[in-house]
Amino acid sequence: MNEVVEKVVAGDVRTVARLIRDIDDGVPEVREILKALYPHTGNAYVIGITGAPGVGKSTLVDQMVTHLRKRDKTVGVLAVDPTSPFSGGAILGDRVRMQRHSMDQGVFIRSLATRGHFGGLTQSTRSAIDVLDAMGKDYILVETVGVGQDEVDVVKSAHTTVVVVIPGMGDDIQAIKAGILEVADIFVINKADREGTDKTLSDLRLMIDMDHKKYEEGSWKPPILKTQAVFDKGVKELLEEIEKHGKHLIESTGGLHVRRKKEKVRDELVEMVKSRLYEEVVNRLILTGEFDRAVESIVEGKLDPYTACDDLVIPKLDL
Amino acid sequence: MAQGRRIRIMVAKPGLDGHDRGARIIARAYRDAGFEVVYTGLHQTPEEIVEAAIQEDVDMIGLSSLAGAHKYLFIRTVELLREKGAEDIVVCGGGIIPEEDIPMLKEAGVKEIFTPGTPLGVIVEWVEQNVKPR
Ligand SMILES: Nc1nc2c(ncn2[C@@H]2O[C@H](COP(=O)(O)OP(=O)(O)OP(=O)(O)O)[C@@H](O)[C@H]2O)c(=O)[nH]1
Ligand SMILES: [Mg+2]
Repeated sequence: MNEVVEKVVAGDVRTVARLIRDIDDGVPEVREILKALYPHTGNAYVIGITGAPGVGKSTLVDQMVTHLRKRDKTVGVLAVDPTSPFSGGAILGDRVRMQRHSMDQGVFIRSLATRGHFGGLTQSTRSAIDVLDAMGKDYILVETVGVGQDEVDVVKSAHTTVVVVIPGMGDDIQAIKAGILEVADIFVINKADREGTDKTLSDLRLMIDMDHKKYEEGSWKPPILKTQAVFDKGVKELLEEIEKHGKHLIESTGGLHVRRKKEKVRDELVEMVKSRLYEEVVNRLILTGEFDRAVESIVEGKLDPYTACDDLVIPKLDL
Repeated sequence: MAQGRRIRIMVAKPGLDGHDRGARIIARAYRDAGFEVVYTGLHQTPEEIVEAAIQEDVDMIGLSSLAGAHKYLFIRTVELLREKGAEDIVVCGGGIIPEEDIPMLKEAGVKEIFTPGTPLGVIVEWVEQNVKPR
């Protein structure tokens, strides 16, 4: 175990790659390694990039990597794609846009599917972030398709979250309002070479202005940037804005360790406990056959699900 | 939420030809079989493919070639894996490959070659039987 920790901290690519696989595959021994790695984390700046399918997230990430490398920063990328609900398989295609960095030893790119153990996607992605952080990457870019709650939760563990939209999304902008507005630190209108950019800009601005809590003294009001990722336009400005947001974080929280901010720690820990409990209890109930017996009893009309649930859970928790 | 290893495959397209329809079709078949497929896109060098395969910790690399440089590209990929100590990653090839090249490719360490017309089901079954999550 110590050997794994040492190798990760020394930046060994194969060890890191394998460890992330183990996290994803739910290998129980990983927990001890993650515990030992934790003291080595907290030095990377984590940027979340989220938005609807096809808005240009991967292209943007690719350009951001190029700019960061020019400044001699090392970069880790986690690109998350959905798992097929039918087969459990996945096509992870984000890498196509980033492959030119494949040979660069200062860049580590990993594709993740939305399956995941230890509490699903959110937990396994967070653990993968910790691994890349311990590996010594200066920046970690996490791309997710901004559709589900899970994906939104993932970017919550970023220092700065960038929400990407494209011109002409119209009513869709209203739709993203619900979950994503709260997590957006910066809005990007990508494909700004297209018509309707200014309309989208004013729609977005209106939406942000109407969001009252953003008027609180000293709070960060999300800026809106225009980019053309394929033409590398606006990407430098985006990174400058991210840096500004980082400075704001340091000033308002007293340090980069936002993931040690009380409410973040609380959120993460609640989730961790929830999923651990679920895993331990449900696995045991399935193994002992109690779960299936309860299902049968309910099907046969001998038992109501409320009582069944009590009977299953209470003894396990010693309530 | 089933626990356990899932087969991860990299589908890569080395060489200069600009068609990846075949690669996309096979990627979809793998997904539908429950595998995780990392797709790297067109015009990849063996060096880029191998580096990516290591970062992605895949169990197999599926190479597809239509342009005829497969001899060099496939063999170089196997060589590089060996150099990096990653020869446990299985390499397969597909595409337009003359029958007479196959023995020599296999000898070099390419585990299997699927010629055009091989049913997708046969390929998937071969993977299930010959590629184990490492
Ligand atoms: N016109 C235009 N096209 C762009 C721009 N940025 C990206 N694209 C194109 O948009 C398409 C999708 O880009 P990706 O980067 O794969 O988008 P994505 O958001 O990562 O897509 P998913 O990961 O599938 O959700 C590609 O064909 C890009 O070339 C841009 O600024 N302008
Ligand atoms: Mg993408």
